[in-house]
Amino acid sequence: MENTSLAHHLILAGLLFVLGLTGVLLRRNLLVVYMCLELMLAAATLALVAFSRFNRTMDGAVLVFFVITVAAAEVAVGLALIVALFRKRGTVQSDALTTLRD
Amino acid sequence: MPDGLFIFFAALTLGAALLLVVSRNAVTSAMGMILALVGVAAEFFLLDAYFLGVLQVLVYAGAVMVLFLFIIMLLDTEDATGAYPWKTAALGLATFFLLAASVLWLFHWSGAVSAVKAGATPPELSANPAEFVTAAKAFGRLLYTKYLLPLEIAGFLLLVALVGVVSLSKDNPETKA
Repeated sequence: MENTSLAHHLILAGLLFVLGLTGVLLRRNLLVVYMCLELMLAAATLALVAFSRFNRTMDGAVLVFFVITVAAAEVAVGLALIVALFRKRGTVQSDALTTLRD
Repeated sequence: MPDGLFIFFAALTLGAALLLVVSRNAVTSAMGMILALVGVAAEFFLLDAYFLGVLQVLVYAGAVMVLFLFIIMLLDTEDATGAYPWKTAALGLATFFLLAASVLWLFHWSGAVSAVKAGATPPELSANPAEFVTAAKAFGRLLYTKYLLPLEIAGFLLLVALVGVVSLSKDNPETKA
């Protein structure tokens, strides 16, 4: 840990966030898009923990605890929505779901 | 130059995240996601946040990803196979490299983040009652003092999500198309 600075962790978190964002923009499978969203959330928690560690305060780590709680609830609701969508429309490909556009 | 362990787990996390984004098979994507989350948990361990690392593996890589895999296999979606169309691939590469370059500029070359090492508490935070400690006990103390209201709200949120998921996944005859 001696040679690893805050900037290294922020670069890693930023690259993870960018990868997730690219996935959200380009993928068509709603389940994969949702996983990429979760990846962006994980990148944000990594940045929070890094700030918390390098400022020697506990508040960021406690915020990550709440983020994990909210993410678990959010995943449950989101997957239930995707399953409901699949039951109604028979697909989870976002380019096949164009009812509002047509 | 950062530590070897940091570089190893950073490479693991980024590689697994890349697998998640580019893989055409949803199950392979989920495996990449699990590996990426385990990598993030390892970075938590390297940052001395042991409790959060354990929590990340248990809740995220465990419960959440099992739920994801279950739904992926339940829905059995038909995915396109073969290579990506060149337009999508070019757009994806351009987006990624543009954003990655801006991330590198912001955190490395712009000098906005000073090269601080983990050290003593900065003076503006020395009055903070929540000093960084590795023990899980510190989490409990903070959760039941400073963060009591958010804790209650989080518990209530979990209850609301539970009820909401049950009502969403119930077979409701009047909403049938």
